[in-house]
Amino acid sequence: MDKIVRLWTRYSGIYIKGLGGTLWMSAVTICIGTLLGIFVALLRMSKWKLLRAVADVYVEIVRGTPALLQLYFFWLVVPKVVHFPISDTQCIVLGLIFNAGAYISEIIRAGLQAVDKGQWEAARSLGLAERNVMSRIIMPQAIKNILPALCNEFITTIKGTSLASVFFINELMTSYKTVNSATFLAVQSLCIAGFIYLLLNVTLSRLVKLLERRLQSSDR
Amino acid sequence: MTDEIIRTEDLCKSFGKLEVLKGISTSIRRGEVVSIIGPSGGGKSTFLRCLNLLEVPTSGKVFFEGTEITARKEKINLYRQKIGMVFQSFNVFPHLTVLDNITLTPILEKKIPKAQAEREAMELLERVGLTEKAGEYPGRLSGGQKQRLAIVRALAMQPDVMLFDEPTSALDPEMVKGVLEVIAGLARSGMTIVIVTHEMGFAREVSDRVLFICDGIIKEEGPPEAIFTMPRDPATIRFLSMVL
Ligand SMILES: Nc1ncnc2c1ncn2[C@@H]1O[C@H](COP(=O)(O)OP(=O)(O)OP(=O)(O)O)[C@@H](O)[C@H]1O
Ligand SMILES: [Mg+2]
Repeated sequence: MDKIVRLWTRYSGIYIKGLGGTLWMSAVTICIGTLLGIFVALLRMSKWKLLRAVADVYVEIVRGTPALLQLYFFWLVVPKVVHFPISDTQCIVLGLIFNAGAYISEIIRAGLQAVDKGQWEAARSLGLAERNVMSRIIMPQAIKNILPALCNEFITTIKGTSLASVFFINELMTSYKTVNSATFLAVQSLCIAGFIYLLLNVTLSRLVKLLERRLQSSDR
Repeated sequence: MTDEIIRTEDLCKSFGKLEVLKGISTSIRRGEVVSIIGPSGGGKSTFLRCLNLLEVPTSGKVFFEGTEITARKEKINLYRQKIGMVFQSFNVFPHLTVLDNITLTPILEKKIPKAQAEREAMELLERVGLTEKAGEYPGRLSGGQKQRLAIVRALAMQPDVMLFDEPTSALDPEMVKGVLEVIAGLARSGMTIVIVTHEMGFAREVSDRVLFICDGIIKEEGPPEAIFTMPRDPATIRFLSMVL
């Protein structure tokens, strides 16, 4: 315990920098991943078989392969196919987005499907245009299911960014590696990273609970 | 044929292997009140839902005011604006106030100014005794009130015809009368109505014509007096002896 405190006073800067990296990557991943997820969810509900099939294959690939493998793939392939210099971090964030987008599309699809079928039918029977059915009737109701699940996905993503340490990208697990190699206090330096993750995620999941309750009670 | 609102030609609908509608041809005249009766699973709801293409027919045609709406290129939502529909399960929008439930579509799709849409909505609410509820959310309404809201929500689009699918079947007995009165009032005002119902007394009283749909076809049709007092088809006789 003593050593942990000393380690923290000495190296807190590195951890905080790592935490910044973790939060930054997670936020970007969730934001762009959500846009991708919405797009993919819409594709998966489209009239056209081919679009549905493409989207389904994408989701299957993401769910059927390890996230680490996907990150390696992006890290290896993206620099070869783009015609401008791209950093490791950017490649990894792209990989994280690729991964999160599939899971988020599932969240969105499930949220939309949880809205009673009668709501679609009533909205359509009134003669609402399809995009208004979605934006005015279905989405506002689905958001209650989607938002909490999306916040949970944020927590999952925060944990997922730890994979980026494999590529020595600035984030919390990389901070652990840095501190460990400087001090050889492996367990202690790992515990500090662990505490930070725990603190962050417990706080976030409390907030999600709160949000969930707020959304429920607004269900008049 | 200007007074014909809806016509179906050899309408068929299958769900996978299950043939639900096996060729229904009929037409609904302007101002006519048509009741559809028949045993459960006979295809009454499916037929009604084909009229505004909530179900896409497997074959056959649906004409609305002379246009074939089953033809591919037609923008179906424009036709649906003229075909009101009321469901057994109300399907009011829980996230919108009573007033917004009614004004949403006129404002969005018919570009009616908000103030005018709200004025018209308030008039409709007054007609069904819901004036006080305008600002409430539907969660606070009783079943009967929800259904009356659903009816005026459809009426706000000023449809040429109203389709009702067992509008009182999900209601507590004491609520049924209020909703039926609203529908009867509509019928008296000259609205064209197609109603699937198990309320035989009501069907007999308000309709100009009764269709008995069973096993996916119109087994028998005619004025209510004829159907209810001297049915000819054995299936009709059996059905009526069970429900009357
Ligand atoms: N979306 C669907 N998918 C598969 N089968 C369906 C679907 N909708 C209806 N059916 C089937 O079609 C048949 C006719 O259903 P329909 O709802 O039209 O009957 P109905 O005459 O309205 O009966 P009820 O009086 O019980 O409402 C039933 O066997 C039903 O199970
Ligand atoms: Mg039915």
